[in-house]
Amino acid sequence: MYTQAMDVAPAEERKPLRTAEDAQLEARFEARIDDGSFIEAKDWMPDHYRKTLVRQISQHAHSEIVGMLPEGNWLTRAPTLKRKTILLAKVQDEAGHGLYLYAAAETLGTSRDQMLHALHTGKAKYSSIFNYPTLSWADIGVIGWLVDGAAIMNQVPLTRCSYAPYARAMVRICREESFHQRQGFDSLLVMMRDGTEAQKAMVQDAVNRWWWPSLMMFGPPDAESPNSGQSARWGIKRVSNDTLRQKFVDACAEQAQVLGVALPDPLLKWNDERAHHDFGPIDWDEFRRVVGGHGPCNKERLATRVKAWDDGAWVREAALAHAAKQALREKAA
Amino acid sequence: MTATSAAPAAPATTSESIRLNATPRVQYVLRIADTCLIHAQRLAEWCGHGPVLEEDIALTNMALDLLGQARALLTHAGQLDGHGFSEDQLAFLRDEGEFYNLTLVELPLRKPSGHLPGGDFADTVLRNFLLASWLKGLWTQLVSSTDAELAAIAGQALKESRYHQQHNGDWVVRLGDGSAESAARMRAALERAWPYTKEMFTSDAVDDVAAAGGLGPARSALREDWQQDVAEVLLYAELPPLADTPFVSTGTLGRHSEHMGFILAEMQVLQRTHPGGRW
Amino acid sequence: MSADTGTTAEWPLWEVFVRPKAGLDHKHCGSLHAADAAMAIQLAREVYTRRQEGSSLWVVRSADITASDPGDKAMYFDPMEDKVYRHPSFYELPGSVDHM
Repeated sequence: MYTQAMDVAPAEERKPLRTAEDAQLEARFEARIDDGSFIEAKDWMPDHYRKTLVRQISQHAHSEIVGMLPEGNWLTRAPTLKRKTILLAKVQDEAGHGLYLYAAAETLGTSRDQMLHALHTGKAKYSSIFNYPTLSWADIGVIGWLVDGAAIMNQVPLTRCSYAPYARAMVRICREESFHQRQGFDSLLVMMRDGTEAQKAMVQDAVNRWWWPSLMMFGPPDAESPNSGQSARWGIKRVSNDTLRQKFVDACAEQAQVLGVALPDPLLKWNDERAHHDFGPIDWDEFRRVVGGHGPCNKERLATRVKAWDDGAWVREAALAHAAKQALREKAA
Repeated sequence: MTATSAAPAAPATTSESIRLNATPRVQYVLRIADTCLIHAQRLAEWCGHGPVLEEDIALTNMALDLLGQARALLTHAGQLDGHGFSEDQLAFLRDEGEFYNLTLVELPLRKPSGHLPGGDFADTVLRNFLLASWLKGLWTQLVSSTDAELAAIAGQALKESRYHQQHNGDWVVRLGDGSAESAARMRAALERAWPYTKEMFTSDAVDDVAAAGGLGPARSALREDWQQDVAEVLLYAELPPLADTPFVSTGTLGRHSEHMGFILAEMQVLQRTHPGGRW
Repeated sequence: MSADTGTTAEWPLWEVFVRPKAGLDHKHCGSLHAADAAMAIQLAREVYTRRQEGSSLWVVRSADITASDPGDKAMYFDPMEDKVYRHPSFYELPGSVDHM
């Protein structure tokens, strides 16, 4: 999901086969893929497969962790104790999802610290949606409805990814994710149905700001996406960007009606012929700007993560120091 | 007569505070409720900023436990009080002078507050441990409260506080007996927190009413077990015990530190800004 | 310094096994990083049992797990394919006693 724009390896990473044995191993690997079999951690796999998965899984993990920040901003300001409880549990889940994904990536031969280092030095990406600010409480509900909604749409196909540790992590994530979207929608419904005029205006304003960035979560149009035939075969990416985006628009158009909010697109209209909603053009310049590091919050988000990591260094070191002391004491005893 | 468009109505004022005038019984319950609530509020600051992902999750679990305890106690206090205030009215519309938490939980944790810089992870695990040890002692007694609802809450909460005590006690040891830096930070954290622990065991008229009525123990009754638990962990953590000073904090009397105003301003802002709002 | 080089010592990796309830086996559910065994058990509780998934936990250092070599899969596991006499269905009995 968070990886639609990021899961393609640069051409120079695809090394030519070297030996007959390599060719045989690769042929066997491809046969298993064609068979629909799962690949496990210790199985032989082409370098390109391994690298692509490390990149995709780790960037997915980074997205979960950075994604804790926009909603985390409102934990201390949640308007009721029930909403505070729900938001804490949701943001906590996102930490857990990042953790499952780092663990899955580690089975491919990288380490969590190495992956975090790539994130903190700007080498690894995370989903650009999290570079937008949360300016009101209604943003929290809208993130649950639209951002988690988009994530779920992208995530379900990944439960059938050929790399089994990733698929298993995705099964776990999807099971936990179901309340994330529901709680957001519920929050908006209460405000739109029973809230004050000020609250309704707050919700509409949040929708106006998050709608287009949510559509961008599905990545560039298929026509502009580099060839991802390989990713499709490997089960890393099973449905096209445009197909998922259309599915999302259709679902949200109906949900918006239930809420009584307007989606900020004058060209959004049901098309009988296509049996889908037509919608207006996406500002891909904005997308490129934000992905390229020039969105509203890019620098802040990364700086926050780097600070948390650096501030925690003494804690992590102390824990290891204590463990080492304990080990020596046990040996001496 | 021609219809004239009315001038837009002036916005409703921000939500006024509710007034409690708590009886001793209600104040006794609110002391525990508010301590749990404010500590949970501080712990929530760590979500997304923990030193390690796994511990980030652990801190949030403790916040959720305490928030649950606070909600149950606030709801009960609202019933005991007779005005019928809800948990949310009590949390979001009380003025500072009617909050009765221990001052200890107001002190900065991760974020700076007022003129003080933020605390660190050592402050956090130490406070978690000192508080959990206190609550454990309290819940252990409250299980036999003459107030059935309070006893029921205590039964569940006791399990939670026992886990918090173990998890955070282990961290105090790990950091106290870890690296030179962690030991120095833990010593500093202990020095900051210690003067505020006296309030945990200073009884007053409210405690006397509670003890006399079988509602719950006076705070002074909790000292011995707490000191034993804490001394054991401080020993393993290679931290020297600190002497008591004449200072006693007064949060339980409704007189707070400078940090409380900032906490409430942040926590209560939406309810104050949207009178009649539905969430 | 870890932000510069990414090479300071890491907490070791542990594999986590959860028993959902008495009578069932512990099942592998994932991994986590912890500095020592006591921490690993507690963190396993925090990370993997929030939805009442467990009544008992095992943690094992990942480095202590010995796994069969996938390359040996054929010689380790295929020979079991033709030992059908180990399965009850191999034996056809008259209907009146087939329940055994």
